[in-house]
Amino acid sequence: MQEFLQYLFSGVTNGAIYAVIALGFTMLYKSTGLINFAQGEFVMLGALSMITLWSGFELSLPLAFLLTIAGVSVVGIILERLAIRSVRKPHPIVLIIITIGASILLRGVAMLGWGKDAHSSPAFSRNEPFEVAGATLLPQSLWILGIVLVIVTALHFFTRGTLTGKAMQACAINKRAAWLLGIPSETMVLLAFAMSAGMGAVGGILIAPISMSSYDMGMTLGLKGFCAAMLGGLGSSWGAVLGGLLLGILEALGVGFFSSSLKDGIAFLLLLLILYVRPAGILGARAVHRF
Amino acid sequence: MLRIRNLKCYYGRIRAINGVSLSVKPREMVALIGANGAGKSTLLQTICGLLPGWEGDMRYEKEPLSGLRPPEIVRRGISLVPEGRLLFPPMSVLDNLKLGAYLRYRRREQAAINGDLEHVLDLFPVLRERARQPAGTLSGGEQQMLAIGRALMARPRLLLLDEPSMGLAPFLVKLILDILVQLKDDGMTILLVEQNARAALQVADRGYVLENGHIVLDGPADELLADQDVKRAYLGKDYREFYDGRA
Ligand SMILES: Nc1ncnc2c1ncn2[C@@H]1O[C@H](COP(=O)(O)OP(=O)(O)O)[C@@H](O)[C@H]1O
Ligand SMILES: [Mg+2]
Repeated sequence: MQEFLQYLFSGVTNGAIYAVIALGFTMLYKSTGLINFAQGEFVMLGALSMITLWSGFELSLPLAFLLTIAGVSVVGIILERLAIRSVRKPHPIVLIIITIGASILLRGVAMLGWGKDAHSSPAFSRNEPFEVAGATLLPQSLWILGIVLVIVTALHFFTRGTLTGKAMQACAINKRAAWLLGIPSETMVLLAFAMSAGMGAVGGILIAPISMSSYDMGMTLGLKGFCAAMLGGLGSSWGAVLGGLLLGILEALGVGFFSSSLKDGIAFLLLLLILYVRPAGILGARAVHRF
Repeated sequence: MLRIRNLKCYYGRIRAINGVSLSVKPREMVALIGANGAGKSTLLQTICGLLPGWEGDMRYEKEPLSGLRPPEIVRRGISLVPEGRLLFPPMSVLDNLKLGAYLRYRRREQAAINGDLEHVLDLFPVLRERARQPAGTLSGGEQQMLAIGRALMARPRLLLLDEPSMGLAPFLVKLILDILVQLKDDGMTILLVEQNARAALQVADRGYVLENGHIVLDGPADELLADQDVKRAYLGKDYREFYDGRA
């Protein structure tokens, strides 16, 4: 039981991070129908920038946090402006290949900037770990869960409660109809790119203190986030959260009760399974044919 | 109010509108009738800025419309109720209406928007009942009312409607046209596109007949209703048959 609880804690912690990454995928997919395979690189940029700004330049934690998100969002905007917007015939396959190309480029730039070594940042606070029913709970886990909760709530409020959020949703549902009402769909797409990149950065910031970060971490994390998003049903925000947590917990249990070599395999196994059994994802039965 | 001279519209190299001229005066209701594929929707979409790359001269309140995009055109006071309604089905009736006023929210006209929202809900009481329901759950007639209400939320002075009677039972067609007459009496200028020629000409002041991208006839609505050619081409069928054919 105690062992199970321990795995659960670590699973939920990782799962919350996968959930933010998955939200980044979902956010962009909902607004543009595009799967951005450079999403994982935003996570990498988030982690490495945070380490540099916070540990390297010794900025305060909140400042480093905000600057990192802002910086990575700008990278997202640049990607949209330079690589996506300029495509003459935006066939989905072409766009996907462009995002793969962008991910290779970003990885290369990061290797030049940060080198090939792995880096890590200290935990957000220096409190002692807690004991819960015999299992250890790290303060960093609470930070992660708290921040993810804040982000999910804020996102929910943004889409349901603000005019911009609704306009973005409207563009996603019917771009032509939105354009007819005077809603600038280009701005909304740009905003979606910025927000989804920012979401990736948050994932990276959260991961920096609990694992080693290096220029090539984005690929695995991106695919796990994608898997979580697919698991929950692409296009569903709550699905992304659910998928992330589920993936994190299954991974932790797989590592705990079977073998640690299973860790990265579980995501791909799940991905194949979900594509085979329920391609629309757990919550996404309706969302798939919306476009 | 709206004056179009020698308009030509293209889809790629195909010319869908071939030198159309028409005008709409303030507080007038003008019907534009024509068979399927005549170019009616193309004309309305061009006025709204959805189809750039047209040639000719289009002026609204004496200002040229060339080079303007939908946001600027909506801001000047032209709104389109598009063919097929183009609502946002998963979103609530209220959200659909509010998005109609998107540009006005951006200019912080909050109080005026709330007033207009009440006005639209008074005009279509059924929308008030269903305010929190997703738009996709409404019946066809209710959806058409929502589409008109959404367009009104931009507070247009010129309202363009593309086949608002499409797929609706005769009593709903009448209800919608009655609302248009009421809007006109309140000072709205209306350009109504219809295949349902008889119904449209009965409420309009003037009419144009469009065929293959050309205006072939125009005049006061009652004269068009009595015109032999129009009768043969557009009013020949009994009203009920007409409706049955399109439902
Ligand atoms: N998106 C499009 N691409 C190419 N041709 C089109 C397109 N839309 C309409 N057309 C053509 O333009 C002509 C006018 O169409 P339309 O304006 O929709 O007619 P109406 O609304 O009177 O039924 C038709 O011949 C139609 O085939
Ligand atoms: Mg049409």
